[in-house]
Amino acid sequence: MEFHDGIDPVANGGDDMIVPSADVRQHLVVVGNGMAGCRAVEELLARDAGRYRVTIFGAEPHVNYNRIMLSPVLAGEKDFEDIVINDRAWYADNGIELIAGEPVAAIDRAAKTVTSLSGRTVGYDKLLIATGSDPFIIPVPGKDLPGVISFRDMKDVDMMLAAAARGGDAVVIGGGLLGLEAAHGLTLRGMKVTVIHLMPTLMERQLDEAAGWLLKTALEGRGQTILTGADTAEIYGDGKVEGVRLKDGTQIPASLVVMAVGIRPSVALAREAGLDVGRGIKVDDHMVTSDPDVLAVGECVEHDGNVYGLVAPLWDMCRSLADGLTDRHTGYKGSVTSTKLKVAGLDVFSAGDFSGGEGCEDIVLRDASRGVYKRVVVRNDRIVGAVLYGDTTDGSWYFELLKKGEDISAIRDLLIFGQAYAALGASGGGALDPKAAVAALSDDAEICGCNGVSKGQVVACIAAGNGSLDAVRGSCKASASCGSCTGLVETLLALTLGDDVQSGPKTLCKCTSFTHDDVRREIVAQGIRSIPEAMHKLHWSTPDGCASCRPALNYYLLCALPGDYVDDQQSRFVNERMHANIQKDGTYSVVPRMWGGLTNPRELRAIADVVEKYNAPMVKVTGGQRLDIFGIRKEDLPAVWADLNAAGMVSGHAYGKSLRTVKTCVGSEWCRFGTQDSTGLGVKTERMTWGSWMPHKFKIAVSGCPRNCAEATIKDFGVVCVDSGYELHVGGNGGIHIRATDLLCKVATEQEALDYCAAFIQLYREEARYLERTAPWIERVGVDYVKQRIVEDEAGREALRSRFLYSQSFSQEDPWARRAAGDEAELHQHLAEVRPLETVA
Amino acid sequence: MTHSNAVGEWLDIGPVDQIAPGHARTLPVRGGEEIAIFHTLDNQFYALVNACPHKRGPLSQGIVHGSVVTCPLHSWNISLKTGHALGNDEGCVPTIPLKLDAGRIFLLREAVLGKKAA
Repeated sequence: MEFHDGIDPVANGGDDMIVPSADVRQHLVVVGNGMAGCRAVEELLARDAGRYRVTIFGAEPHVNYNRIMLSPVLAGEKDFEDIVINDRAWYADNGIELIAGEPVAAIDRAAKTVTSLSGRTVGYDKLLIATGSDPFIIPVPGKDLPGVISFRDMKDVDMMLAAAARGGDAVVIGGGLLGLEAAHGLTLRGMKVTVIHLMPTLMERQLDEAAGWLLKTALEGRGQTILTGADTAEIYGDGKVEGVRLKDGTQIPASLVVMAVGIRPSVALAREAGLDVGRGIKVDDHMVTSDPDVLAVGECVEHDGNVYGLVAPLWDMCRSLADGLTDRHTGYKGSVTSTKLKVAGLDVFSAGDFSGGEGCEDIVLRDASRGVYKRVVVRNDRIVGAVLYGDTTDGSWYFELLKKGEDISAIRDLLIFGQAYAALGASGGGALDPKAAVAALSDDAEICGCNGVSKGQVVACIAAGNGSLDAVRGSCKASASCGSCTGLVETLLALTLGDDVQSGPKTLCKCTSFTHDDVRREIVAQGIRSIPEAMHKLHWSTPDGCASCRPALNYYLLCALPGDYVDDQQSRFVNERMHANIQKDGTYSVVPRMWGGLTNPRELRAIADVVEKYNAPMVKVTGGQRLDIFGIRKEDLPAVWADLNAAGMVSGHAYGKSLRTVKTCVGSEWCRFGTQDSTGLGVKTERMTWGSWMPHKFKIAVSGCPRNCAEATIKDFGVVCVDSGYELHVGGNGGIHIRATDLLCKVATEQEALDYCAAFIQLYREEARYLERTAPWIERVGVDYVKQRIVEDEAGREALRSRFLYSQSFSQEDPWARRAAGDEAELHQHLAEVRPLETVA
Repeated sequence: MTHSNAVGEWLDIGPVDQIAPGHARTLPVRGGEEIAIFHTLDNQFYALVNACPHKRGPLSQGIVHGSVVTCPLHSWNISLKTGHALGNDEGCVPTIPLKLDAGRIFLLREAVLGKKAA
């Protein structure tokens, strides 16, 4: 035992012994030699250097270093010496005893002592717990294999450096800040790195979906493999790590696995000592725990319900703590946090609440070519949150405005351009009005960077009679490419024409200034591959779209990238997500496919059994020649589908913007008037087209003679058989606006009928707008255009047909079978059920 | 499952990773209204009674965008934060106070049970 407190100094006295006079100052023992513990001591020394005798225990065998800078050490940009905050001389100069490499194992609050793992016991008057955080280890098999490490201290860095020296593959589990820094460092050290992240977006706590997507794209550009939405099943290996297996079965070989999924306040010591512990060690405004002589500070504490994992709040806490220990009692009031980070050399910033919502307005700026994304969230004329990517220069300015709660209404129009621009606007007096700012631009100022169009040229173009955005785009090309100058062009239109501006074509939705056709064209032209990418490159004004544009974008991408695009289920309307039709009471109806309207005893029995087994209140014969089972609960859908699958039936897609059904009459096989085998052709047509996604629902019918019992002339595609062949009809509709089909052409053989059908569907898939049926589409483009593409252009028809069949090769998988086998079970299951005691009893 | 072991007045609904971003899950309440718990794409959690103020459509089945859900029956937009219908529609669905703690979702018991049962 090195120190005793409460020793009577007189008892140490003696005439013939030279004994150093006992230190009668109060003894402050600090558990934790990290950033919080040492900073607290520094703050204390700055206020009253002589007041306490200080002893610091550190679990690591090092002096106090800057943990945040471990990443540059790993990346090879710094050495350990560079990140030391306080060297040994500092401890010596301030009379601090450092007991490094000795974790504290227990606190005895009654005796007021702490005991280290090696058995050393030290008494205290005041105890400060600054144990920080522990890395969270996900409880998967293999987590304890050699080669699985966390990223928390110098020891972890040393192990990573040793692994990197051997080379090979590394897996980082966790796509948060720590994980990405580890991945970056290991990549720079020459390892092939795969990042596995459970959430769909990287750094989802700091970044919104758009910024997370930009970060992912940039990191992939640096050679890292980023797997989002990836759930680790196990870490495998014989005696040491050999790889990681995901829940979907993917195996990723690795000789090193870094687990960086998060941190937890390190509270074990405090809890065992009987202190009040929630998520962290509970402290008051002066960082005092439930024991007045025990304080706590840093990541291990919970203050007013909040736990912090960032460095800035820690400084505030240490100031309040030191004030309290020197009887100043200013009190800590919690911290509003912002994160300004360089992740792998990329700038990101976030602050406040960027979840949006009631009364919140988003101001968004996207500059795809510079890789810049800025989003400021405003409520009641005050900034409540901000996310910046690529250019974080103004992060601190936004954060100041946020913390002070300043009214930004006067600079709102210029806010997103940053402090310099807003100040310029403010100093220019009237220039605060963005219209005035545009008016003040000189004639040779560039408006459209993509096409090099100046303000003078745009104004001249408008003056020459181009009175709408679309006309300007068509004439001088301004805003015709990336669209980011659309606002400027619109302002110029307003300035030049006043109220005479003609409104342009309808935009896809309120989230964008682009039309459906613009969006489709740009998806192909720019090689866009995901919804967040489309929203970014096409300057969406909302962070994640709306219920109109998400399904449209999902369809356009699916159509443009068959087999390649990963369908976003959350961008689909409920019926397409649940593969059944929602009814007004929230139950679903289920329609199994009956090819060409044909059925058999086995199918009918299976349907009858389902109706009885699940108490379906109604079964109805539909207009599409099949049976609709009503009143199925979402929980029962997978079991219903399993039963129907067992009888050989698959989804009828009665719920989709997709091929619905092929209606037939009995044709030449039975009917005395029948000219061709209309039933057989109907079945073949349905076999070819089922499962395809379309801009809207799509119905087909095949009639065996001109009596047209299958009502083929009010279908999207109808075949009327005649003695000499097959009349092909298109664009019919039996809905609100009844429209009879236009005759497309007549063909001689069944195969031609099938080929023309495939080509027509593909033309509709590629060129109609989302939610536009064939009838309004044909009225818009004209039946002559369709004839020219399908009938007259033989090579074009063949190309359309083969594109359709290629796309079909990916879409003809029964979605029911996957669900019946347990896929996406969470869509069908309740989270839990609440049974209040009162009602259970 | 019953929640007689819930701490204080909060009911522990289970770990947050049961609900993927952009998704919603349901929580039937015996003797009360079914609750929908939402996880938005920007990683916020909200709980509402699972019935649109218009015609009681199951909001849990709607498309989630920003902090808004679009009802699957007639496309009303409902604020997840306040339960109010947005735009020109008028109506409000009760919200359930929700908190996250140590990776788990908690709902305020009295709000879950409704006034009658509380």
